[in-house]
Amino acid sequence: MGLFSSRKTVVVDSDVLVIGGGMAGCGATYESRHWGRDLNIVCVEKANIERSGAVAQGLYAINTYMGMQWNENQPEDHVRYARNDLMGLVREDLGYDIARHVDSCVHKFEEWGLPMMRDPETGQYQREGKWQIMIHGESYKPIVAEAATKAASKVYNRIMVTHLLMDKTKPNRVAGAVGFNVRTGDFYVFRATAVIVCAGGASHIYKPRATGEGMGRTWYAPWSSASAYALPILVGAKMTQMENRIVLTRFKDGYGPVGAYFLHLKTYTQNAYGEEYESKWYDHTKELVGDYVDRHPVPTCLRNHALLEEVKAGRGPIRMVTKEAFQDPHKETVGWENFLGMTIGQAVVWASQNIDPKHTNPELTTSEPYVMGSHATCSGAWASGPEDVAPSEYQWGYNRMMTVDGLFGAGDTIGGAAHKFSSGSFAEGRIAAKAAVNYVNNLGKEQPQVSEAEYEDLKKVVFKPMENYEVGRNEIVAGTVSPSYLLPMHGLQRLEKIMDEYVGGISANYITNEPLLTRGLELLEMLKEDLNHLGAEDLHQLQRAWELQHRVIASESVAQHTMFRKETRWPGYYYRADHPKLDDTDWHCFTLSRYDRESGEWEMEKAPVHHIID
Amino acid sequence: MPTFVYMTRCDGCGHCVDICPSDIMHIDPTHRRAYNIEPEMCWECYSCVKACPQNAIDARGYSDFAPLGHSVRVLREEAKGTISWKIKFRNGTEKNFVSPIRTTPWGSIKAPSDYEAPSQEDFKSQELAHEPEALNIEKLPTLTPGKSTQGAT
Repeated sequence: MGLFSSRKTVVVDSDVLVIGGGMAGCGATYESRHWGRDLNIVCVEKANIERSGAVAQGLYAINTYMGMQWNENQPEDHVRYARNDLMGLVREDLGYDIARHVDSCVHKFEEWGLPMMRDPETGQYQREGKWQIMIHGESYKPIVAEAATKAASKVYNRIMVTHLLMDKTKPNRVAGAVGFNVRTGDFYVFRATAVIVCAGGASHIYKPRATGEGMGRTWYAPWSSASAYALPILVGAKMTQMENRIVLTRFKDGYGPVGAYFLHLKTYTQNAYGEEYESKWYDHTKELVGDYVDRHPVPTCLRNHALLEEVKAGRGPIRMVTKEAFQDPHKETVGWENFLGMTIGQAVVWASQNIDPKHTNPELTTSEPYVMGSHATCSGAWASGPEDVAPSEYQWGYNRMMTVDGLFGAGDTIGGAAHKFSSGSFAEGRIAAKAAVNYVNNLGKEQPQVSEAEYEDLKKVVFKPMENYEVGRNEIVAGTVSPSYLLPMHGLQRLEKIMDEYVGGISANYITNEPLLTRGLELLEMLKEDLNHLGAEDLHQLQRAWELQHRVIASESVAQHTMFRKETRWPGYYYRADHPKLDDTDWHCFTLSRYDRESGEWEMEKAPVHHIID
Repeated sequence: MPTFVYMTRCDGCGHCVDICPSDIMHIDPTHRRAYNIEPEMCWECYSCVKACPQNAIDARGYSDFAPLGHSVRVLREEAKGTISWKIKFRNGTEKNFVSPIRTTPWGSIKAPSDYEAPSQEDFKSQELAHEPEALNIEKLPTLTPGKSTQGAT
């Protein structure tokens, strides 16, 4: 018996288990109650759902709103837009499904108390751009969390879910999850009929530009620790488009958003010498991607590409021209409140460096890469589509069910559907929840069973880093250097360095190739072995240890997918230098992977892209 | 920015510990007051600053790129439904902003179970809760089947 065998085990039963209480998780929890009036609905969150997930600090815009009531856009239009932005490769069925439900979500947010800005002339929601509407969203997350809390049978805050549990009576069927309470150290076993993974995507798998105190100022939240991917990967769910990492063009150092600046304030970029530069790279980009460069709006990755090339040509820094727009006091207010509402850190950077955009055109930069399923990118699990519009090849069960029975997902978790953002993630949570309740209702007596032996084994695995530390700590006088354990931060920095140098991070100018990827995967394999020797001094460090475990397996998936896709589909996000062009003949397809946890092998395959919208 | 806690203002209530999304606000066992245990995992989201009843938490810009001498202070007033910001530049420039945070009373959201339960028919449709009414259009859109194509578009 180990040192920690006396830890309490708490067993919680549920019909629907929602893992992660961000926007998708709150949507899933709310909707589960609507359809499952008598069901036991449990939401489990590693922080506190009032301020958890990517929307914790608020948002100043809702980036996905059709405006069907005013005939502004139709769901088909949004599919065309997302498809164009992702260079042709999206799950149109999933995207259409989100787009048709997103307006009802936004209308509920307003009814619940979210302050919407309105156009003084039309009375309609104030548009920032074609898809974006402007809000005073400081309390966006607490408001949505209030709705979810009222819907849940119980919300468990401060529980880090580490693994999913599989059914012992039927192969490839989920039966729940395990984790630990970050405050009490109790081990939690959640038995569930249906599980909806709504956890976060991945920050901190690539070395960030800021490496000291500022490493927390990643663009995506530092608590987005890739659980969205690790949980399904480890039970053999198929993943898609994991190579489709995103790089963001943002204001330097604070990574403050540029959407409102471009779209609403009409600011624009120029190089260090005051020249427009994007058009200069047109012919060069056309060589790489063909006609995709002529599409409107220009895909996000290609705009990044022009910026990167201009900087490489020695004409950086790139600046946002704000001086003109900020002479208008209303626009100046919008510019500042935009940051205060969602990226306060950028306001701090500008205040500290005396950057007043009324007098100085601020610098832009490109971020380190992130892996996610909700922004202008679509990594995630391969999911069954909506019954009425999904092609048969994309339908094998309930809507948003992965390739594991009873395992659903939404938000960052589900791949193929880009441009969900906050409202679309909430909508997808609702979609998954209705399907999950139908699954529970239809299952009847064939309830999944968890194996006590399985979760008792996992209990030892989960707390092992604390045991490693307790034992290894006695070998050394003091300090952080031990011959027998690595601290979670040590492992994180090794991961970030490997991904940065071998899998196309900032120091490699986002470039990789097969030899680099091969070496990167070897180093990742050694890191995976070393994770057995993680040391955690306390429960906080134990949370960091499991976040690292999740990041590492997701990173391996990213490297495998990047190796498999032998083309450069999204220049500006990453480059396969050995296959520098977009190749629609061989690669107008999705990449799929399945991880075998017994052998540690990855099976890769292609899946066709079906276009259901003209 | 990361955040820090003023010794004389903190009373150790733990609101910041309870709310921090990154689990980095902890109570120091000697002083019985809160502090930021891991500044390099601080997103500067200000959740703790807003939650502190004593206004004891502030942020100092990240040392690797933010020169000293600035401040970004916030006051979030739930009863008034506003959030107020005061930005002070290193060179002394000040900017002030106030925004609404909520238009309804806290706690006023209706639970889904307060609405009429769905019918058996509803389970088979593609409609979600409150649809189609909440869409503000007549019915939930769908596509004409059988138009699927494969390949580059």
